[in-house]
Amino acid sequence: MHEIGIANSVLDAVRAERRRFPAGHIYKVGVRIGELAGVDPDAMSFCFEALVRGTELEPLALEIEYCPRRYQCRSCGRSYAAPKEDSACPDCGVWDSEFLGGDELELAYLEVEDGTRATGT
Amino acid sequence: MERVPLERKVLSENDRIAAGLRARFAADHILCLNLISSPGSGKTRLLERTLESFDRSERVAVLTGDIQTENDAKRLSRFGFPVKQITTGGTCHLDARMIERAVVDWRLEDIGLLLIENVGNLVCPSSYDLGEAAKIVVLSVTEGEDKPLKYPSIFHKSELLILNKIDLLPYVPFDVAAAEANARNIHRDMDIVRVSCQTREGMAEWLTWLDRKREVARAAAAVS
Repeated sequence: MHEIGIANSVLDAVRAERRRFPAGHIYKVGVRIGELAGVDPDAMSFCFEALVRGTELEPLALEIEYCPRRYQCRSCGRSYAAPKEDSACPDCGVWDSEFLGGDELELAYLEVEDGTRATGT
Repeated sequence: MERVPLERKVLSENDRIAAGLRARFAADHILCLNLISSPGSGKTRLLERTLESFDRSERVAVLTGDIQTENDAKRLSRFGFPVKQITTGGTCHLDARMIERAVVDWRLEDIGLLLIENVGNLVCPSSYDLGEAAKIVVLSVTEGEDKPLKYPSIFHKSELLILNKIDLLPYVPFDVAAAEANARNIHRDMDIVRVSCQTREGMAEWLTWLDRKREVARAAAAVS
């Protein structure tokens, strides 16, 4: 259960970003979590809400974009998201693919009040 | 509402420290390996068997992580190599800062191989880069053969799977072929070694893998 630490890292980043928006409020932070990130989205949301409650960051929301394992087949070139049980290419059935993504643990975006973005920083 | 892109890693601070460690390990020609498994898969036993196979002149050191107790460091220190326990006090994984602190009073130039035994946990340790050259996942045959599918992250990120406790295969309904197929469904080119720390079956194969990695590390150091 390291999601509390991960959620804390997200909040640290949001706090650092607040300096760029002195007049406005940050309402939402978008985080990308890959299937291979080793982070459970539900646990992450739970920890995030618990950490935000009662702080100056309220009512900050978390939006998680869950990213499946994605590959590109070396035989036929098809890009695809693999289900857990079978990573082979759904077109040609061969399992020899380039890894494209699915291990993301990234801060994607913030949603802030319009017109409050500080310039020059 | 305005959307402002951020586009950076959540664990960028850990990654920064890990990159620093990796650079120091490279500068001092150290091969660092990060061993990860469920609790009770036999990491410490495997390290005991590994250390006992080394000549005392080998430049080997071990960091062993646990939530509580110094037991593993006590077990591993009797082979005469430097061993340090990292007690996390509740944290379910090692992070790069813990490694940085643990090696602060070691002369890194005296170490050729640094083995890190992570906290027993198949999930959380997979998220934290420790500056290692490779992660190794240990799976024992008393666990489920579908673990690679349940915990894909660590199997995706590990270069080697050590299938441990194979001496117990006659007594447990563990399907080796299915386990290995599951691992290769997540990580197609994964190396797999079957080991028994009890009978020492497969130990030679594991030590050969280790030698090959050390050779690669030495060759890379010679080029740089």
